[in-house]
Amino acid sequence: MNTIEVPALARVEGEGGLYIGLQNGKVVEIRLDIYEPPRFFEGFLVGRYLQDVPDITARICGICPVAYQMSSVTALEKALDLEVSPQVYALRRLMYCAEYIESHALHIYLLQAPDLLGQPSALDLAAVAPQVVKDALRMKKIGNEILKAIGGRSVHPVNVCVGGFYRWPELAPLKKLLPELEWALEAAKGTVRWSVTLPYPQLDQDYDFVAIHHPDEYGVINGEVWSSKGSHLSVAEYETRYLEEHVQRSNALHGHTKDGGNYLVGPLSRLNLNHAQLLPEAQKALDENGITLPITNPYKSLVARAVEMVHFYAEAIALIKAYEPTVPAHLDLKLKAGEGAGASEAPRGLLYHRYRIDEQGRVQFAKIVPPTAQNLPRIEQDLFALAPQIVALPQEQATLTAEHLVRSYDPCISCATHFLKLKIENKE
Amino acid sequence: MVLTSKQPQKPKVAVYKFSSCDGCQLSLLNLEDELLDLAAAVDISYFLEATRTVKPGPYDIGIVEGSITTPHEAERIKDVRQDCKYLIALGTCATAGGIQALRNFASVNEYARTVYAHPEYLEYLEKSTSIAENVPVDLVIWGCPINKYTLLEVIAAQLQNRRPNFPPSPVCLECKRNGTVCVVVARGIPCLGPVVHGGCGALCPANGRGCYGCFGPSSVANFSALVEGMAPRDRYPQETAYLLRGISCHAPAFRTAAEQALKLSAKPVPDLWGKEPK
Repeated sequence: MNTIEVPALARVEGEGGLYIGLQNGKVVEIRLDIYEPPRFFEGFLVGRYLQDVPDITARICGICPVAYQMSSVTALEKALDLEVSPQVYALRRLMYCAEYIESHALHIYLLQAPDLLGQPSALDLAAVAPQVVKDALRMKKIGNEILKAIGGRSVHPVNVCVGGFYRWPELAPLKKLLPELEWALEAAKGTVRWSVTLPYPQLDQDYDFVAIHHPDEYGVINGEVWSSKGSHLSVAEYETRYLEEHVQRSNALHGHTKDGGNYLVGPLSRLNLNHAQLLPEAQKALDENGITLPITNPYKSLVARAVEMVHFYAEAIALIKAYEPTVPAHLDLKLKAGEGAGASEAPRGLLYHRYRIDEQGRVQFAKIVPPTAQNLPRIEQDLFALAPQIVALPQEQATLTAEHLVRSYDPCISCATHFLKLKIENKE
Repeated sequence: MVLTSKQPQKPKVAVYKFSSCDGCQLSLLNLEDELLDLAAAVDISYFLEATRTVKPGPYDIGIVEGSITTPHEAERIKDVRQDCKYLIALGTCATAGGIQALRNFASVNEYARTVYAHPEYLEYLEKSTSIAENVPVDLVIWGCPINKYTLLEVIAAQLQNRRPNFPPSPVCLECKRNGTVCVVVARGIPCLGPVVHGGCGALCPANGRGCYGCFGPSSVANFSALVEGMAPRDRYPQETAYLLRGISCHAPAFRTAAEQALKLSAKPVPDLWGKEPK
């Protein structure tokens, strides 16, 4: 075997390929080719009125539009020194719960589980285990239904604005979802029980886990940027430690820390750093299934997603039960020139935005750091670590194991087109 | 939706992605209640977001998401056309170039320099174009994202050898049907509803804001009357022009109307109801 080549990665968001070059059983080259074309969002945001921003940035990713909307409005509200009401904040969390539900259910069952169960797709899986897939789709649907009730539709919802929401959603359609959410909460507990029985490939790594941390809630929109290496920064200080660089010979923007290390964002980072803030149902799921933290195997991010599903179903139920808007749905904007940074936890990891606006509310500068751009150097390092174990395997199995690793990151290549034709050469 | 088929055998379906956000393909996977029936009624032969299995063409139905923005895509779409008997452009990227067609009104090289340290490494075309500007297309489905039930209707129609049922009415009519109070009349908010193709269910006015044009131009629209009526209501400079220069910006009717709105915003005119502009 001289190469492992996957010209087109399946079951990821966006388009990319993977190439691992070997010589005498040793890895000489690893390349993750991202042929997703650049779309220049930060370019055409310049000059737009600030209320256009959440509608435009949503279009970066059809799978996590809420994350883009939330990071955008949080950053722009910072620039205007606005603080939204607790009721607006609660509804934003509910929207985010819904996005986690649909995105995690999609990833666990439709994108990653086929790897662990030896099937090419969930549709094939449905032929042998129809109930598993039917339940998965039912679990996923509830997330989309919540988004529809709040924002009109699940992909690119229309209700989010700087300062809050265009209007409060009606309670009745949300309340109607409660019985289904109760069912899904139980189903998610089953997902955790099932997740610990799956045959994950072995690969344990020493990660710098990075996630938003909040002392009183599971960090999603609000909080500090914490690292397992001990760094605690405010969102405004994010760029003092986390840099993007156009590396020579790589044609790519790489996320790395200022001392040159790589780091990991996503469900493993969140769970490992923030498990104390999980709701009791999710804590119980950890304990009952003997899940010990930190989890350091990237393939097992599925377990972290499953635990998060329990948390977010439980949180969605609590938020809907408490939903009773009494204040205006959005603040009046007092425009002024300013600059603000915002970050939130997309299902696949931390998403950072920074904007500068003029006194008319027009964007002068935009910077967006998507989760997959931050994870990419880490994926490559994992592939290097994995390579010695897989070179002896038959080609098909080696390819699948490497592909599975990339998929386990839930990479969103549509989002992360800041890197193209990434090429890594062995420096030995 | 009943997916009964009059076809002698299951049609082979291929789903492709070009420059886009994945949201329209995802709408297919978001057909949670229908997905397994759909997978049983057609032969999903190529759909990378869902499966590793790739069956060789030719395919009976090709569904293309995304616009053409790189030299490689401009070549690849020709192969896709050859491989597919019936080609569907799915979503506003595929039908009109999408939000990334905003580059068509500026210097894309400038954008590349803004976003990337070494733009010389990038390969891109100056314009983001629709699928139909590159190869013949059999059917277009507007939407950012599409309405998933429209796609289901199209596939069902293919299975049953009939024309898909597409109402041509604009968003405005959907508001009336829903009983939504007009945001323009009641609140003076600029809205593209009178000229935009229906299909979303008039979500924005229902949420208290104006339509921003995700579903492209309605065939029965009078754009110049819209611009004259809306531009004087702009709550910030060039609001109407920017509404038009958004998701569907590269659609010809939107291009002309945005130009008109940009000119008008320099010179306010009395609005449709005869009131003086603010």
